[in-house]
Amino acid sequence: MEKGKGIGRRWAVDFTDNSNAPSSRDVPDPLGFSRASLDQDDSTLSRQKKDAEANWKAQKAWEVAQAPFKNLLMMGFMMWMAGSTVHLFSIGITFSALLQPISALQGVGKVFDPYKDSKVDLLAPKLLFIALNLGGLALGVWKLNTLGLLPTHASDWVSSLPPAQEVEYSGGGMPLY
Amino acid sequence: MAMAIRVFLLLLLFFSSSYPTFSLYEDQIGLMDWHQQYIGKVKHAVFHTQKAGRKRVVVFTEENVVASLDLRSGEIFWRHVLGTKDAINEIDIALGKYVITMSSEGSMLRAWNLPDGQMVWESFLSGLKPSKSLLSVPFIRNVINYRSSVQTSLKVDKDNLVLVYSNGCLHAVSIIDGEILWKKDLTTEGIEVQQLVQPLGSDIIYAVGFGNLPQFDACQINAKNGELLKHDSATFPGGFSGELLSVSSDTFVASDATRSILVLISIRDGSISFRQTYISDFVQDFSGTAVLLPSKITGIFAIKIDTFTVLIRVTVEGKLEVVDKIDQGVAISDVLSFSEGQQAFALVQQGRNKIQMTVKHSHDWNSGLLEESIEMDQQRGLVHKVFINHYLRTDKSYGFRALIVMEDHSLLLVQQGEIVWSREDGLASVVDVTTAELPVEKDGVSVAKVEQNLFEWLKGHLLKLKGTLMLAGPNEVAEIQRIRLKSTEKSKMTRDNNGFRKLLIVLTRAGKLFALHTGDGRVVWSLLLHSLRKSEGCESPIGLNIYQWQVPHHHAMDENPSVLVVGRCGYNLDAPGVLSIVDTYTGMELNPLGATHSIVQVIPLPFTDSTEQRLHLLIDSDQHAHLYPRTREAISIFQREFANIYWYSVEVDNGVLRGHVLKDNCILEVADEYCFNTRDLWSIVFPSESEKIIATVTRKSSEVVHTQAKVIAEQDVMYKYVSQNVIFVATIAPKAIGEIGSVTPEESWLVVYLIDTVTGRILHRMIHHGSQGPVHAVFSENWVVYQYFNLRAHRYEMSVIEIYDQSRADNKDVWRLVLGKHNLTSPLSSFSRPEVITKSQSYFFTHTAKAIAVTSTSKGITSKQLLIGTVGDQVLALDKRFLDPRRTVNPTQAEKEEGLLPLTDSLPIMPQSYVTHALKVEGLRGIVTMPAKLESTTLAFIYGVDLFFTRLAPSKTYDSLTEDFSYALLLITIVALVLAIIVTWVLSERKDLQEKWR
Repeated sequence: MEKGKGIGRRWAVDFTDNSNAPSSRDVPDPLGFSRASLDQDDSTLSRQKKDAEANWKAQKAWEVAQAPFKNLLMMGFMMWMAGSTVHLFSIGITFSALLQPISALQGVGKVFDPYKDSKVDLLAPKLLFIALNLGGLALGVWKLNTLGLLPTHASDWVSSLPPAQEVEYSGGGMPLY
Repeated sequence: MAMAIRVFLLLLLFFSSSYPTFSLYEDQIGLMDWHQQYIGKVKHAVFHTQKAGRKRVVVFTEENVVASLDLRSGEIFWRHVLGTKDAINEIDIALGKYVITMSSEGSMLRAWNLPDGQMVWESFLSGLKPSKSLLSVPFIRNVINYRSSVQTSLKVDKDNLVLVYSNGCLHAVSIIDGEILWKKDLTTEGIEVQQLVQPLGSDIIYAVGFGNLPQFDACQINAKNGELLKHDSATFPGGFSGELLSVSSDTFVASDATRSILVLISIRDGSISFRQTYISDFVQDFSGTAVLLPSKITGIFAIKIDTFTVLIRVTVEGKLEVVDKIDQGVAISDVLSFSEGQQAFALVQQGRNKIQMTVKHSHDWNSGLLEESIEMDQQRGLVHKVFINHYLRTDKSYGFRALIVMEDHSLLLVQQGEIVWSREDGLASVVDVTTAELPVEKDGVSVAKVEQNLFEWLKGHLLKLKGTLMLAGPNEVAEIQRIRLKSTEKSKMTRDNNGFRKLLIVLTRAGKLFALHTGDGRVVWSLLLHSLRKSEGCESPIGLNIYQWQVPHHHAMDENPSVLVVGRCGYNLDAPGVLSIVDTYTGMELNPLGATHSIVQVIPLPFTDSTEQRLHLLIDSDQHAHLYPRTREAISIFQREFANIYWYSVEVDNGVLRGHVLKDNCILEVADEYCFNTRDLWSIVFPSESEKIIATVTRKSSEVVHTQAKVIAEQDVMYKYVSQNVIFVATIAPKAIGEIGSVTPEESWLVVYLIDTVTGRILHRMIHHGSQGPVHAVFSENWVVYQYFNLRAHRYEMSVIEIYDQSRADNKDVWRLVLGKHNLTSPLSSFSRPEVITKSQSYFFTHTAKAIAVTSTSKGITSKQLLIGTVGDQVLALDKRFLDPRRTVNPTQAEKEEGLLPLTDSLPIMPQSYVTHALKVEGLRGIVTMPAKLESTTLAFIYGVDLFFTRLAPSKTYDSLTEDFSYALLLITIVALVLAIIVTWVLSERKDLQEKWR
């Protein structure tokens, strides 16, 4: 096949015919056939179709953008369930709550890729999506803090400080017996 | 859902309120602990050689132990420790089945069953005035006992009698039930009884002694009813020194007041006759005084003149003649009657590397029954005492064995020229303990050894695995236990990664230094310190303390570690001190430092020189400070820190606490640049009419504190006041110095102080009204725990004081801390007068404490436990969190989460938390803890008459796998998992292929 391409095509039969430029055809149209009216009809149809598609895409994009909200509620419930003590369950939930928004934020472009259209304005859904995910992230961080895993207290910064050195040294006591 | 939360909360509450237990399983006993039983230096021994049954010897010791030992092995059959308040005076065996002990200066008489040591009876013998106490037990056989000069079986109403002279009264006590049959007060006769004598086959007892010293008295008493038959007295013009020996049933030897004349006293035929002999008549160039050596040999006695021991025989005519003059150390036994009318005694002479034992007939000096020379370890020192016993050889002749007590308090049984067994009973009187590291393991282990080890290792683990899976038979279970207990790993002579293997350097009262291996408690080396032996110019040396002299690490690794032993010649504080440095690897005494000055205090300084020798400051009785080691390098290090070194002294008698500072070099006759003058800086005088110091305690200088902050509930922080320079002082009302209960609560109080030893500032003072000593205290990090007796509550109480630094409390801004803008790491000076606050709380505690110590770990992260030596000679581990002054009756949720326990009125005692489990450390005197390298673990050494060593993990071993962890199981699991991975991988590949072909 590759080779054939290199030499140039000898002949080809095109079974499909949807071109509407008559000049491209060598064969004249059959009698009584008006190509113009058909062309007109076809183009309006496709435009309508495209509009519908764009609408659908925009709608879908908004749906996708709102999806993290459900997630957020779900997460909130799970976190409430996990309690405020550090153990396997609560740590797992908290970390998934942190990782999910981050990975979602990384893939913002990919998520909205299917809905990319010149006619669809994706900025607003994207912003909503990002905002909701940031909200999720904030929830995760808040949870982390309630678990006491964030160094937000003075105790987190001083608990490993060794005792201060003393300038003076004093020894002695009772006489040895 | 709510249900789940409730369950979860309940579980949480359960876990946070349950106390961790530290008990062990039965098969873990002896895995990491060892226990050694001792008796102390034997004062007297009585042999019991019944024809049937096991041969045993009953002894009593300086540690107030009465014990029955197996004559074949030296093992203890039974043992009773009577304690320091009930000192044993004499023991004897009566009727062949009772051991009679007389204690408390003759006030207490007890009979113990000889085979098992059960007490049969106890009698209290009252008297009017204290006097010499004598015990006289009749001998059942018709031969003369060596203990009391003459005794026959006394029959009074078919009861056998024990005669006891104590507190001025003569008592006759029934052996069977301890009933006092009669009592004769001899104080009315004006006689100080020295000897009780009963001639053969008569019912008359002679009590002889001195009235006023020039007068000699002899009383005849009817043994049946205690009636005084006759009282003779005679006056000797020269006076008496007070010593009296009996050489036969009616002849006594005394020395005159000048100790230069020997007086032979005869009470024959009811009249007293004196016969005096000048010592110079039969001892050439005698000058000075002679001391009669206490002995009980018929016809022979010994006197000590200067360094000589002279043996003198009393002839039938009543003449004295010298039979031998020995100028070395010699020990003479009492007389032993071994067959019809035959009496013998033993004489042990000291030689180099060996001792010479001679057994002779007491009536015939020239013929020796036995002469043996026994190889003797020089580290045992001189022979102090000897006790002989006879046995029947197979050829019907008599053989002799001797129990020998040496200078280092060890006990040996000698028979046929050989040491049959020996006991290191010096270890019953431990004075001080320190630790030393073992040598680092050298590279280059031989291949054969590794292979052997690998095979053994595999075999051991397979056995263990079998045990874990419950497949092992009883034999194999026993084998597993044997492997665990006899693990060579724990008794190796090299350092281990966990720091469990160390040497315990122990100084005993005899002046002997022992190195014990922490793995199994064996003696690695022992050294009778030359400087702590009696010598000219040092009559009664005593060992005081041991200090770490050189602990090589880092750059001085090739040096051997060494310890400093401090002693003193005599009991006065101004007596010259003795120092010696001992290498802990080899047990050799390095060049002894001859201290010419007295030693009142030893202050180890926190500085070391280039060879890791620690600088020590020794304070003498004139308040001069002497720097050791005496090197130029030490002095240059010292000069750098000169201005910051202070010292303090506690004068208990005057009730004064004084702080001193170093001034300048001493001005002595000989210039000494290592000697410094000091001057008083401050003093705290406790009013003598209301306060008397009874206890002081400071932090251990080796203690490591991990952090200065204490995180409390709600993530709040409190800053600990961690200072090395704080002393805890407890004073009580002078009236309340006596026993508990000797004062009313109104006139008794306990005042506790926390005092800064640099500035003399009193950081905290608190009064406990109605409380009394004794006070036992322990100081660690920023807290003190002390125990005392509450007279109002009739219970012991434990209090805790925690000190917090208020001047650092405002370091709470997170951003300042993040950026490092805080003063928490800046050096702290006592002169800046940091503001402190204290918190304290008291609890009831059921046990009487003998000693309190605290666990110490290498980094100070692990939570602490208090180790309390109880009156039952056991050691109880108590979590520090029970003694937390922040405990409240109803802790808030946050406080509960923090781990704060609800406040209770008394401290719980959990039977599982006894460190000594089922064992007793008789006569417990001290608890020493030392960190292992493993952070979770601390080593504890408990000493008294017995020794006990164990490994503790106050927060459990969170940083290592447990002893019984099955490595084999882990290995098998890993292998199985790897196999499973390979198999599933192959299977999935195959399935993938099939999918593709479809």
